[in-house]
Amino acid sequence: MLYRTAGQFKTSYRTDQALFPIRQDAFLLGVILICAWVVFPLTASEFTFQTLLTPILIYSLAALGLNILTGFAGQLSLGTGAFMGVGAYACYKMVTLMPWLNPVVAILLSGVFSAGVGVMFGIPSLRIKGFYLAIATLAAQFFLVWLFEKWAWLYNYNASGAIQVPNLDIFGLYVAGPQASSMTQYYVVLTIVSLLTYLAINLTRGNLGRTWKATRDMDIAAELIGINLMRSKLTAFAVSSYIVGVAGALFVFMWRGAAEPNLFDIPLSFRVLFIAIIGGLGSILGNYLGAILIVGLPVVLNTVPRALGIEVESALLEHLNIMIVGSLIIFFLIIEPHGLNALWRLIREKLIIWPFPH
Amino acid sequence: MSVPAEPYVTADGRQIGDVLMEMRNITLRFGGVEAIKDISFDIREGEIRAIIGPNGAGKSSMLNVISGFYHPQEGEVWYKGAPRPSMKPYEVARMGVGRTFQNIALFEGMTVLDNVMTGRLTHMKASLWEQAIWWGKAEREEVFNREQVEKIIDFLEIQAIRKTPVGRLPYGLKKRVELARALAAEPSLLLLDEPMAGMNVEEKEDMSRFILDVNDEFGTTIALIEHDMGVVMDLSDRVVVMDYGKKIGDGTPDEVRSNQDVIDAYLGVPHE
Repeated sequence: MLYRTAGQFKTSYRTDQALFPIRQDAFLLGVILICAWVVFPLTASEFTFQTLLTPILIYSLAALGLNILTGFAGQLSLGTGAFMGVGAYACYKMVTLMPWLNPVVAILLSGVFSAGVGVMFGIPSLRIKGFYLAIATLAAQFFLVWLFEKWAWLYNYNASGAIQVPNLDIFGLYVAGPQASSMTQYYVVLTIVSLLTYLAINLTRGNLGRTWKATRDMDIAAELIGINLMRSKLTAFAVSSYIVGVAGALFVFMWRGAAEPNLFDIPLSFRVLFIAIIGGLGSILGNYLGAILIVGLPVVLNTVPRALGIEVESALLEHLNIMIVGSLIIFFLIIEPHGLNALWRLIREKLIIWPFPH
Repeated sequence: MSVPAEPYVTADGRQIGDVLMEMRNITLRFGGVEAIKDISFDIREGEIRAIIGPNGAGKSSMLNVISGFYHPQEGEVWYKGAPRPSMKPYEVARMGVGRTFQNIALFEGMTVLDNVMTGRLTHMKASLWEQAIWWGKAEREEVFNREQVEKIIDFLEIQAIRKTPVGRLPYGLKKRVELARALAAEPSLLLLDEPMAGMNVEEKEDMSRFILDVNDEFGTTIALIEHDMGVVMDLSDRVVVMDYGKKIGDGTPDEVRSNQDVIDAYLGVPHE
């Protein structure tokens, strides 16, 4: 009833190809955007900003980047964490070398460096596919983390070997560093994530998106109908690594405040990959759903028993979290290989034809 | 009755032009195996050219040579009056050679519309940035190409399934979508690799109709491989017959039918 599409006629291809050809979808997105821009910031506590809102957005963005490469272009990558690191270190070097640079511009530029590195490590994809490519990207993962440790110039010869985010401001308003407020940082993250998501949606539904999907689904046929596979794969690596790099810069500058090289190690890559898989490969919305689940679950597990007055050891919670996330991944791979996004699509399809079964 | 060497009009009123593509002494080897042995033939503008032969004769290899997927060790491919340099398959496609595949090679994760739109990618020029902001050129291109694609969707009568994911379609429709994808590129030469394999009689009739209509309405030159002799003899203007990588016959269906080598290849002869 609420999702009835009958009566919404399109009289031009332009309207049929609009971002939200169905009115209810646009309405739903409007509600979500109002929540994200107005309602959450007005009601959220410092704790909520730090443990839920900001990290969910940042992880969604990282998963979106990975999803473009793995879900849309079909190139499996296990190096996401390291590419996030490239973005973070590039941003750190830029703001320390050029303190006058607007921090938001620095964050957006840092993606350019990770895009470059991503393309370099994407070159093997021209020859190898699937698991073998995953191993090649694993090499990027190990090499880059090693580089973050050994190349002292990257962390300005800091004795601790870690990068510490300095206080950065835009016209007197602190957006990064110890003095920045969580709400300001949330808004910076939200702006960048919204912008990049919009651009990513357009790319994936347009010609380039079709080129990527064709490469993923059947690469030989794609080449024989005129797709330059090298270009298709390398643009996927570039766009994906750009987004991942920006997510990495946000990760350190807007959330963690400091980073050691091992922060970008394999667990981070896997975390982002899990979000993309649970959310749904080849989808945009799925990244958000996956991030909400993966980031939100530990918080829920932490707070709910306490709210109910049950005392649970924190070590037990930690293990419980790992077990639940693990079983969820297995559950989704078996029941719904296309993830939470497919689940939502199914619900939406049913809603459209409700109350009839077909 | 053989065909004249200069442009002519067929009995059913179609214009056959000059030579569009010519194979000159093509030899293709895989290691020690000679898949194609010194074969020459031409394809003329506007005609339907069939390549037939028993299994393993080298027909698909021939098609793959034409579309640039295999590079012959000897011989040249002439296209539009000039020898074609060694090219990547996607460059050949961009020069106007479209094709379908023996085993359906659609993009299963995409809708019918997206599959056919992918066929038009050689006509889309908007940059990455323009596509990202979906403004100006990118949007205009998207709408214009959608219009072109819809014409083909109408032509092949697949309107009802345009937003269905290809993975859900039955075999016969998939073959038709594949034809639509190839046609969307507006190729000057269309290669069909067994367009009727695995179809029942009705589906074969439909597909034959579409092939004739494509040739008739768009003037597309078609080269096809097919095993159903009835279909081949009815559809094509000229037929090349291959056996064991060699050309054993070339000419109109009537000439080929009465060629002793062709009869031997299909019916078999006693070897001493």
